[in-house]
Amino acid sequence: MITEWIEAGLAAATSDECIVVVRESTEANLRWAINMLTTNGQMHHRSATVIAIRRTDGVGHAGVLSGPVAGEDDLLHLVSQACAAAGEAPASDDSAPLPEPVVDADYTEGAVGTTIDVFAEFAQGLGRALTASREVGTEMFGYAEHHVSTVWLATSAGARRRTVMSSGKVELNAKHADRIGSAWVGQATTDFADVDADALAAEVTQRLAWCENRIELPAGRYETILPPSAVADLMILTYWTASGRDAEQGRTVFAGAQPGTTRIGETLSPLPMTLSSGPGALPAPGFAIVEGSLPGMTSVYDNGAEAEELDWLRDGVLAQLPYTRAAAMDSGQAFAFPSDNLTLDAGSRVTLEEMIRSTTRGLLLTCLWYIREVDIASLLVTGLTRDGVYLIENGEIKGMVNNFRFNESPVDLLRRATEASLTEGTLCREWNDYFTFTKMPALRVPDFNMSTVSKAY
Amino acid sequence: MAAGLDPHFTSLPLDALADAALSRAKVLGATHADVRIARIHHGEHRLRDEALESSSDATDLGIGVRVIHDGSWGFAAGITLTADAAAVLADQAVAAARISRPLTSRRVELAPEPVHVGEWVSPFRIDPFDVDDAERIERLVQLSRSATGPGVDHVTASLDMIDEHKFYADLAGSRTVQRRVRVLPQLEVMATSDGYHSMRTTNPPAGRGWEYLLGEGWDLDAEVAQLPTWLAEQVAAPSIEPGRYDLVIEPTNLWLTIHESVAHATELDRALGYEAAYAGTSFARLETLGSLQYGSEVMTVRGDRVAEHGLASCGWDDEGVEAQTFDIVRDGIHVGYQLNRQMAYEQGLGRSNGCAFADSSGHIPLQRMPNVSLQPAQSEITVSDLVGKVERGLYVTGDKSWSIDMQRYNFQFTGQRFYAIENGEIAGQVADVAYQATTTDFWGSMEAVGGPSTYKLMGALDCGKGQPGQSAPVSHGAPAALFRSVNVLNTQAEGDHA
Repeated sequence: MITEWIEAGLAAATSDECIVVVRESTEANLRWAINMLTTNGQMHHRSATVIAIRRTDGVGHAGVLSGPVAGEDDLLHLVSQACAAAGEAPASDDSAPLPEPVVDADYTEGAVGTTIDVFAEFAQGLGRALTASREVGTEMFGYAEHHVSTVWLATSAGARRRTVMSSGKVELNAKHADRIGSAWVGQATTDFADVDADALAAEVTQRLAWCENRIELPAGRYETILPPSAVADLMILTYWTASGRDAEQGRTVFAGAQPGTTRIGETLSPLPMTLSSGPGALPAPGFAIVEGSLPGMTSVYDNGAEAEELDWLRDGVLAQLPYTRAAAMDSGQAFAFPSDNLTLDAGSRVTLEEMIRSTTRGLLLTCLWYIREVDIASLLVTGLTRDGVYLIENGEIKGMVNNFRFNESPVDLLRRATEASLTEGTLCREWNDYFTFTKMPALRVPDFNMSTVSKAY
Repeated sequence: MAAGLDPHFTSLPLDALADAALSRAKVLGATHADVRIARIHHGEHRLRDEALESSSDATDLGIGVRVIHDGSWGFAAGITLTADAAAVLADQAVAAARISRPLTSRRVELAPEPVHVGEWVSPFRIDPFDVDDAERIERLVQLSRSATGPGVDHVTASLDMIDEHKFYADLAGSRTVQRRVRVLPQLEVMATSDGYHSMRTTNPPAGRGWEYLLGEGWDLDAEVAQLPTWLAEQVAAPSIEPGRYDLVIEPTNLWLTIHESVAHATELDRALGYEAAYAGTSFARLETLGSLQYGSEVMTVRGDRVAEHGLASCGWDDEGVEAQTFDIVRDGIHVGYQLNRQMAYEQGLGRSNGCAFADSSGHIPLQRMPNVSLQPAQSEITVSDLVGKVERGLYVTGDKSWSIDMQRYNFQFTGQRFYAIENGEIAGQVADVAYQATTTDFWGSMEAVGGPSTYKLMGALDCGKGQPGQSAPVSHGAPAALFRSVNVLNTQAEGDHA
């Protein structure tokens, strides 16, 4: 049905070229606080984005329209509007020829969805956890979400592509009754089949127990173990600022010393770190889906192009940066599409527990929060520790420490990290609304800048 | 002159859809049900060095049904605007409430609200979507050219335009239709030949139409023309010596500090713990309401949903509560929270003050902030008067980087421009500045606020909160204000490591 609407839309397009992306999404969520469920929901949404392209001397002028699509008429209306917009649009900065067309064998298949029933087993475990929490006088808070999107992408050049993206997450936060002691665990999932609510509750409860001994520490530079979740948040932010074009223009931390150059080829870490993304070890579509250009990073003209597994950092050396096809042509670089997953691997087999045991005195963090850029040139960011800063002495957790505000550059942390753990799947805290799938190691930083003390818990 | 509702929206079968969903919910035993049909139209243009980088035009239209059934919330949303589909949403919402029931230990009840029937349209003169793409882009090109000058290597320009229509109906009988229009143009210049430096316009998003880009409400042309000069001054500026400084902060910067350290901190859902795992809680606990010394005696902060051109202004909130004005901090004491109907009832606080908002029909209404504004002095105190009280300090203008902890204690902000103040006079720019404080210390150090002539209504288009995440527009008014002995960091030194 939907693919028929798309064919009708492409046929109705009066522009030189046309791209149609239809996305059908279903989502279910549960939210709880103070040991009780607070909100829930089940949502269904279907929208289309039409990119109509007018060419003058080969240069594209794009009209990009998005809207809800309840039926074929809605899509035809969008096509008509997009073509009209293309007719008066100026030349696009990111103009490129449409990608070579690929036809997926499952293109004409229907939508895949989810319902609130996906939580049936998880909700039982959650109920046990909330009851247990109530009984011992602690409080639990958290959120679970499952989202399934089916995307059909077709171009007037002949591409017919389809993908199904299933993602979910659960976050569980436990607090002492005074809300000073606080612990957090999170997990990414594709279908909740691998989510064990009892195990998550046990882990967060164990971490909350570490908070019974409370220790005050001043601001300063501390040997710090950043767990995978914290590393994920910092690497995601770095990834989002990695546009090759912007680096060439001197606008990011990856700008080279000479005008028009980048730091590609420069060693950023003494550890053999490889930072990669793409439709390989973690879920991501096999082709570019761009419903709105993100200047310098992604382009609507690249819709349907193959998304590949790419190494951004290889053995500690900056290997490449994201380029749209247009920017890549301008710079003599390869097209590099930044898929929405990220893996950092230093080749270590050391576990986080072993890193803790080998620490004489240092801090173990849980996660980071409210991370914001302070200085674009160095990618200095500020933020807070959250839901568990633990003091390690002689290889053991001694108790909970107050929170801190930090000021650090993730790129500089790569340079200063002295040890990495094995890489494992993790859910980042700050950016998990937008970025679910990451695999990260823990990192040991000998002198992490805890700039000021935060009174928050 | 105000525009009206869009007939394309009002010609939708709004009443029939509401009737179908509400009657089905009632049959199924819901004690409360509300229906929201929302159309959000968002257009944007992004230019870099006068070339169009991206342009998009997106509309979201759908229907959401929320019920209280057997004391539990249930919610469902979809895009099919037929009576049958609306009734199915009511079925799904009740089913969701039934799933929730075993995990709901406190029955949900709502503070009562009179029935309201009416229409409301925000004050704007020219619908930005009635302006041709070409004309809009040409205006951004024109501004980009004005921002070009010696030392400027790149110029970016952007325009966001939002046209929001909402229909609300509930079982009690309220039915409202509203339209809100808002725009945000921004220009930024960059110098990259001697390190990276940037300078952005400080104009806020405004509850206005295209006329805002023509100079109504803000002299954008005048500010843009100054950008190259300000950028050059910043490139040449000396790095700040960290330490304690007196700060005179312009509303173009102070609004964000108000937003983070006052507006979010006085959301009752945060104080109660409903946001504890995500946005966080608040140091402003319910037990200390009426006694917490939030700031100095010159600090009075008011919440409102009625300010002209305010981004959170409306006729009724997304629970059908009439727009109101209320005090949050009076003479330095915390006296009020932002409320929705559930929490107002739960805490025995009487009527909701109308702070429920959902960013689309696909999301439930959360307790979201109204316009939250620091009140100016009644007497005319100018910026020069404030600066004149400072021997060694900084004059701060424009927002940039911001971060605050999950209880709204510890914050750190940067700005577009920091000027040294020496012996009561503004001297040249200084660089690499961030100011950092604990909320109550900071507001306690506020010695004076400027008068009405220093007051500006600032704000943000996209304040984030909740799970699933929602984005809300909000305005914050503020006068210029003087703060004593605030901790100032040197951001270069913060990032230095051997």
